[in-house]
Amino acid sequence: MLVTLIRRYSKPYLPQIVAVLIFQLASTIATLYLPSLNAKIIDEGVSRGDTDFIWRTGAMMLAVALGQVLTAIAAVYFGARTAMAIGRDLRRSVYRQVSSFSAQDVNRFGAPTLITRGTNDVQQVQMLVLMGLNFMVSTPIMCVGGIIMALREDLSLSWLVWVSVPILVAVVGYLVVRLMPLFRSMQTKIDAINGVLREQIIGIRVVRAFVREPYEAKRFGDANQDLTAVSVKIGNLFVLMFPAIGMILHLSTAAVLWFGGQRVDSGDMQVGSLTAFLQYLLQILMAVMMGTFMAMMIPRASVCADRIGEVLDVEPSIHNPVSPVVPAEKKGRVEFRDVTFKYPGAEAPVLSNISFTAEPGKTLAIIGSTGAGKTTLVSLLPRLYDVASGSVLLDGIPVTELDASEITSRVSAVPQKPYLFSGTIEHNLRFGKPEATDEELWEALETAQARGFVEEKSSGLDRRIAQGGTNVSGGQRQRLSIARALVTKPNVYLFDDSFSALDVATDARLRKALKAKTRDATVIIVAQRVSTIADADEILVLDNGRIVDRGTHDELLETSPTYQEIVESQLSVEEVA
Amino acid sequence: MSEQDQQKKRGWAAKAEAAKNAKATAEAEAATEVLDDDVVDEEYVPSEADGGMFGNLPAKKAKEFWPSAKRLMGLLKPESLGVYIVIGLVVVSVVLNVIAPKILGSAMDVIFGGVMGKQLPPGVSQEQFVELMRQQGQENFADMVSKMELTNGINFPKLTFLISIVLLMYFVANIFLWAQGWLLNRIVMRVIKQLRNDVQAKLNRLPLNYFDTRQRGDILSRVTNDVDNVQQGLQQAFAQLVSSVLTVVGITVMMFIVSWELALIALIALPLSGVMAGFIGAKSQKLFAAQWKNTGSLNGQIEESFSGHDLVKVFGRDADMLVRFDERNEALYKASFGAQFVSGVIFPAMNFVSYLSYVGIAVVGGLRVASGSMSLGDATAFIQYSREFTQPLGQIAGMANMLQSGVASAERVFEFLDADDEVEETGTRHLPAKTDGHVEFEHVSFSYVEDKPLIEDLSFSAEPGHTVAIVGPTGAGKTTLVNLVMRFYELNAGRITLDGVDIKDLSRSELRSKVGMVLQDAWLFGGTIYDNIKYGNLDATEEQIMEAAKATYVDRFVRALPDGYQTIIDEEGNNVSAGEKQLITIARAFVSDPSLLILDEATSSVDTRTELLLQKAMAALRTDRTSFVIAHRLSTIRDADTILVMENGQIVEQGNHSQLLALQGAYYRLYMSQFAGEEETAVDDSTAVHS
Repeated sequence: MLVTLIRRYSKPYLPQIVAVLIFQLASTIATLYLPSLNAKIIDEGVSRGDTDFIWRTGAMMLAVALGQVLTAIAAVYFGARTAMAIGRDLRRSVYRQVSSFSAQDVNRFGAPTLITRGTNDVQQVQMLVLMGLNFMVSTPIMCVGGIIMALREDLSLSWLVWVSVPILVAVVGYLVVRLMPLFRSMQTKIDAINGVLREQIIGIRVVRAFVREPYEAKRFGDANQDLTAVSVKIGNLFVLMFPAIGMILHLSTAAVLWFGGQRVDSGDMQVGSLTAFLQYLLQILMAVMMGTFMAMMIPRASVCADRIGEVLDVEPSIHNPVSPVVPAEKKGRVEFRDVTFKYPGAEAPVLSNISFTAEPGKTLAIIGSTGAGKTTLVSLLPRLYDVASGSVLLDGIPVTELDASEITSRVSAVPQKPYLFSGTIEHNLRFGKPEATDEELWEALETAQARGFVEEKSSGLDRRIAQGGTNVSGGQRQRLSIARALVTKPNVYLFDDSFSALDVATDARLRKALKAKTRDATVIIVAQRVSTIADADEILVLDNGRIVDRGTHDELLETSPTYQEIVESQLSVEEVA
Repeated sequence: MSEQDQQKKRGWAAKAEAAKNAKATAEAEAATEVLDDDVVDEEYVPSEADGGMFGNLPAKKAKEFWPSAKRLMGLLKPESLGVYIVIGLVVVSVVLNVIAPKILGSAMDVIFGGVMGKQLPPGVSQEQFVELMRQQGQENFADMVSKMELTNGINFPKLTFLISIVLLMYFVANIFLWAQGWLLNRIVMRVIKQLRNDVQAKLNRLPLNYFDTRQRGDILSRVTNDVDNVQQGLQQAFAQLVSSVLTVVGITVMMFIVSWELALIALIALPLSGVMAGFIGAKSQKLFAAQWKNTGSLNGQIEESFSGHDLVKVFGRDADMLVRFDERNEALYKASFGAQFVSGVIFPAMNFVSYLSYVGIAVVGGLRVASGSMSLGDATAFIQYSREFTQPLGQIAGMANMLQSGVASAERVFEFLDADDEVEETGTRHLPAKTDGHVEFEHVSFSYVEDKPLIEDLSFSAEPGHTVAIVGPTGAGKTTLVNLVMRFYELNAGRITLDGVDIKDLSRSELRSKVGMVLQDAWLFGGTIYDNIKYGNLDATEEQIMEAAKATYVDRFVRALPDGYQTIIDEEGNNVSAGEKQLITIARAFVSDPSLLILDEATSSVDTRTELLLQKAMAALRTDRTSFVIAHRLSTIRDADTILVMENGQIVEQGNHSQLLALQGAYYRLYMSQFAGEEETAVDDSTAVHS
């Protein structure tokens, strides 16, 4: 996946990558040329006592060094540019892909892991590309160049290169290959031990209440033992790395001197060439070492690439219809026909055989206990999910045949968890209708009983909202989220338990104001509190995903035992009596 | 996290919060209202993937570096023998490593000498040749040759000898290097393991007070990140710092021994590279800050639009969000390109400086060799020294940073370890196997903060088998009261007895094992639902667990989960709702089969109908047990044998529901404000119904 991803995303930047290669090549050649000039100083300058030559060659070395630094900087320039651009494009693809997901696709992964994939994972791949362009490509160039230069100095010593490079790769590679899984395992163990501690601190009262200290101590002790064992194992291997590398380098040096000395003695080689050869060999070995270390990044980045690939490969489960039906009338009549819905993999369906009609101008309420399927039910209309069987119709047309914009422009929802985006109140209110006027915003706030607390602060509509809306209270969040839906003035309102955080009095005022604003619209309210829905035109009592009873409040009080139970459980002053 | 776990998340209700009654909400509002509404965007914490080598955040600083560093080193005391061996090994290996290039240089001289010797005309001795050269006016060359040990052909026995010596030295040095690493790793891991165990043990000895008065995140980072950091500091910084410093010193000495002139050239490069690194480093630091800022804002948007995915869909804002994303993505691209480019320049720039000194050494060395004031071997040895010089220098800078942050972390860990322990327990008395659950408060006074009395001179008695409901406004001390029964805190005055025994005379574990507690904040640990229930009683059979699950209505929703009882509750418990979590915690208390039951807002997030059913089950659980129930809902409170009405740490009224209503006092007022929503007129009817 890593290779596929990189190949696909680097295509537009081929010229820049070529530039990186050319500059890396140039800078490598310059690097390699320096020892050869140094050799000349020895052979032609020092041996003959030619100080002029030494100065001249020294100046030349300086020029070469300058050339080297300039080309290296140019290579970094194009490398950084390309890597960051590839990261940018990849990130954009992931974002676009997730944007096209349905709620079901999102839930298949979970928002947190999608976030990680879109941020951290992309970054890992981007870093690998950067390191690759900055360091990894120079390794083979350095190897090839170094070998050519070394061979130019002396052909018959070249076998030293063929021997020492594979040995180094084998040793470093072996250690790296052994270490990589251990590092991963150590990370998991650290996470595990920190997880145990985190739980102990967060759950300290529970731990103490149940006298589970010994149990927790054992859990921790085991995790600690695990971590120590892995760390020691890693240490044992890791401490081999540098002595082993050092030994290989030193053995190579000694070998060059020994075998080179014989060739110098027989007159086949000059002393300067010998020192040059020595430096080439060391440079090649260093480059190989660097490359091998960089290769350590590959497995990690490749895991990330796989995770990104998983996201990119998903075929979104909900599509816009190819030729959407244009509805003849736009009133907002909602109909469920024998709808059944099941989460993939779940034993039991969440909703079974749900049928009802919600008429414009009427209020339909849905009540039931936690897990009865209320939220799922209202998620089907805006196609966050698609039904397993049966159909959901808006003005007589199945939602699957309507264009997405057709649904969003006519259905507004207030979710159970009133999520606000970071920005200002104004920006949140305009979320559904960017062109709304300030008057419209204030009107919506008024209806949602939110005008008061918005006006209270001098910043008013410009008041900052933190991500998720965490800096306003639950009740305020709910009211803002109701106002946000009101601004769009849709045909259909979906309120998913949207009044739960309001006190009874505010709830009542809000519903009264709402009634006046939603005269022609279809209103579907999901609630747990009986008082919220008592005046609905029809109430559906949901239990275990089935409609067990339906009717008005008064009818249900007479006929529905489940409804009676709910009412009884909320017994407070105003009811029953 | 597994994908299956996520499937349960429903529609908009990704983190479903079940409805709470108006009272609970009012409390929540009060709590959140405190937060400042002008929050700045959350600080983005960079990960290692973000930065280059100069992109790291500055290390945390220790408050008092030396005392903490000393204490950190003190941790190594039990291993002092090992530490001395390690240091000895490091010293030997560094000395050998530093001397070896000089000997290699001599080997080079042997080769050079052999070559030059061969060039002598046959039959001419070295002295004669030097004379000859002088006569020809080649003074320099003559000087050089006169200093050389000319041999006719390379002196191979000598060369072999020198190379063998060098190899032997390197071999020993590397073996020692390996040995010290191996030993040090063991020592550090032993010390860190002990430190971790100390931290764990301390965790169990700290009074709850400690956790109440500090930010949870701060404690967490002390026991996790800081300990990791100490480990890194000891493992890497300590070892490398010693060897790097020794190496730098050794190489400097050797360089001056070989040639002080060349040594100066090599040292001049130092400030030059320092200035360069400082300049580029400062610039890239700024650019990295910009990169982080942009990364933060982009990641923020990704987070928001993925978390609020449903909303984006429902309101049809996809296209708009894409435009915003593209803008930020482009900005990030520009910022990170700048940061990566500038920081990437450091490497070639430093290289350039080292090339400068290389060229300098090559030229000046060459001139000196040619003039006979230096041997060729010394010059090549010097090139090697100058190369080996820069590496440990860079390491020292890095290690100093790491050590500094390690010490700062150690300081924070020590602070944690030095906190005061819980009051020592005596455990002089014991309870019978089956307790009655008679709880008595006698003139109890308690406060969290010394000069802010919370509970004063409070007395009451809970009869065996009775249900005691505790009601009152927020901050009245309800939770505190039940926490005192658990001996989570120590009393200031008075005593609490269980079956006539002062709970101070019991060991905490004995006391707590008699009590089952369900807390306001439903906490579950990361594990399966099954294991979470079992936590209440590790010896429970599967049958008992199933029974508890059924009785507490856990079974009902677990059946609808793809993985049933094996569903993993993840860190945030996102795959079950708040109400469902509460049910699991009740099941957990259920299996522990306690004599005394404490329910602190145990069902606040459960929907009312489930709660009603649950209450019937709990009524069964409560029959022969004394229970303390803190609740807001009428249905829960109404049936209690005794209702304690608390205000400001005092019990202002006690009695049963109808008695208290008849009093028309605090309970009556509370009752009215809480349960009598909009229509005040209905009050009388309801009173009539219940009394």
